Amino acid sequence: MAETTTPIGRQAEALYDMAVVRSFALSALLWGVVGMSVGLLAALQLAWPELNLGPYLHFGRIRPIHTNAVIFGFTLGVVFAGSYYAVQRLCRVRLFSDALSRLHLWLWNGIIVAAAISLMLGHTTSKEYAELEWPLDIAVVVMWLTYAVNFFGTIARRREKPMYVALWFWMSTILTIAMLYVFNNLEVPVSVWKSYSIYAGVHDANIQWWYGHNAVGFVLTTPILGLMYYFLPKQVGRPIYSHRLSILHFWSLIFIYIWAGPHHLIYSPLPDWAQSLGTAFSIMLILPSWGGMLNGFLTLRGAWDKVRTDPLLRMFAVGLTFYGMSTFEGPMMALKTVNALSHFTDWTIGHVHSGALGWVALTCFATLYYLVPRLWHTQLYSLRLAEAHFWVATLGIVLYVTPMWISGVTQGLMWRAVNPDGSLAYTFIETVAAIHVYDVIRAGGGALFLSGALLMVYNVARTIQQGTSEVPAAPRLATAAAAGSR
Amino acid sequence: MSWEWHRPLEAKQLLLAVLSFVLVTVGGMVLLIPPYFLQGTIPAIAGVKPYSALELEGRDLYIREGCNTCHSQQVRPFKSETGRYGPFSMAGEGIYDRPFLWGSRRTGPDLARVGGKYPDSWHWMHLVDPRQIEPRSNMPAFAFLTQESLDLSLTQRKLEVLRSLGTPYTDAEVQDAAADAQRQAGEIVASLRKDGVDLGAAGASSEAIAIIAYLQRLGRDIRWREQPIGTASLGPAR
Repeated sequence: MAETTTPIGRQAEALYDMAVVRSFALSALLWGVVGMSVGLLAALQLAWPELNLGPYLHFGRIRPIHTNAVIFGFTLGVVFAGSYYAVQRLCRVRLFSDALSRLHLWLWNGIIVAAAISLMLGHTTSKEYAELEWPLDIAVVVMWLTYAVNFFGTIARRREKPMYVALWFWMSTILTIAMLYVFNNLEVPVSVWKSYSIYAGVHDANIQWWYGHNAVGFVLTTPILGLMYYFLPKQVGRPIYSHRLSILHFWSLIFIYIWAGPHHLIYSPLPDWAQSLGTAFSIMLILPSWGGMLNGFLTLRGAWDKVRTDPLLRMFAVGLTFYGMSTFEGPMMALKTVNALSHFTDWTIGHVHSGALGWVALTCFATLYYLVPRLWHTQLYSLRLAEAHFWVATLGIVLYVTPMWISGVTQGLMWRAVNPDGSLAYTFIETVAAIHVYDVIRAGGGALFLSGALLMVYNVARTIQQGTSEVPAAPRLATAAAAGSR
Repeated sequence: MSWEWHRPLEAKQLLLAVLSFVLVTVGGMVLLIPPYFLQGTIPAIAGVKPYSALELEGRDLYIREGCNTCHSQQVRPFKSETGRYGPFSMAGEGIYDRPFLWGSRRTGPDLARVGGKYPDSWHWMHLVDPRQIEPRSNMPAFAFLTQESLDLSLTQRKLEVLRSLGTPYTDAEVQDAAADAQRQAGEIVASLRKDGVDLGAAGASSEAIAIIAYLQRLGRDIRWREQPIGTASLGPAR
């Protein structure tokens, strides 16, 4: 790898803290497999309810385990690994504090374990993506602070004056998530594992979806854009297409995103003016989203032949495609007429997964494939396995998202269908029976996606086996040659 | 247009951080703060009362089991929804809901107005095995709720906390919370026995009783069902 085989690269490598990046990358992979497996179980339970097992493993309790594990375990793990890797290189300085790095790593892993156990035991606030009870909320805030201090501390000590756009996205992620998480989780404890929200009814719904939508915005979008802005140009070997577009993309995206939360509450008792603002800003969100997508795609300009042969670039490119698709689909679903049909149906589940599997997971996989060989100073064990992973994952996404669209539209239309005399045409259970087949196909898509991730685990394990975490000593000849050329 | 103006921002981390943070606070402030001060946000509904002690315990169990992951509690203002579930949900109905439980996916039907739709015994049997009542149902069986003993040790504390947040519980309601819950549970047990339900050894003091109390309460703050079923199991007189 170019960076570590030059003397300068090797010097830099010795300067940086790569051990913590390795740990985050491996933890992320572990939580990815766990979270996707739980997701597969949940999908199977919807198709075959007999698979709900006792008090601890039924759909109601494991659904939040799935979402928390894939969002805060897998995705954030890759974000921590990728952002710690990149910030040291972009700032040409070691991470701010080794102690904070370790604290961050272990707090985060500990929280994921505690979250899974406590959710299995039924300790939940019920608020989506904010289910954890107050003691874990406090741990999350402390963990986030360690990340914030470590990341901003590194930036403050940087030896490279201009900050690259990827850093802006991660900085904004850190600050915005801190605000969202704290305000949505304000609650009064009753006991160690029970609390009541300080907000009630409409206000609680309003703040929850301000948080919930922006968890999508600032956990599943902005930090992943950070990964895209750093690792895509690295992998393709060209600078980002347009710095101006990056500037426009960044400022408009973070400003507009925050307003779109009420599109989760259309036709609810939330005041109309708030719902309308949510819809209007959702439509506006298409522009910055597509600006960012184009910035990524145009970086590949003139290098599309590489996409044919490089599975990492394929993952980035298909990831961007899904980013473009789901950031178009989302605003369409925020339109009242579409939302009236799509809300409460599997269409929402399909939409989320087209973004989460297509955009987030593929970009995260590509980032890990980029990182692992460099972190262990070797080549990737098998590019063909990575290629297989790409195809299995892509097929899995198609088999997941398509049946969810059909299921959502089917059920939505059946709910509203009326007989000539105005009476409802279908009972609720008839609409459940009608989508059973799509539940089955979706589970198949999920199983494919998970098996792709397992291929990656094997590939990563073999890569690590053939590599070393030590920085290889400089070959004498190369050093002499490099010295002579100065 | 020259983009030189942006260069200082790219070099000054504090400026970039502060400016980006200010930008993301705007939307939140506009959307979240005015609803607290605009009078039209939550028109008061006279019939809306706090949950009884047992209904509150039932609600917390509903949350513990993640019922809200599959059941919405938000009827939208469409004829197809009001025809299926009852009157559309109103802001004033949720003023004691901490947290709100509107849900986001209707894997099962909306429950905002399920109270009074079925007898207590229907809910009992449905919890034990949903497929005995509806073979095509994909709801998990919650038979364990009919075995697990209902824990009332925190009930009084729960009412205290909610009162501190503004729920108008009286001193008597708070002090007698556990006894009040047991009294209401007794009524539901009686209605179950009347319908010939075999409660077994643990059933009469089980968590299922509290969940039934909560489900039978849902949507009953406004009068709309012509012949509600299971009125006896409602909490204190309202």
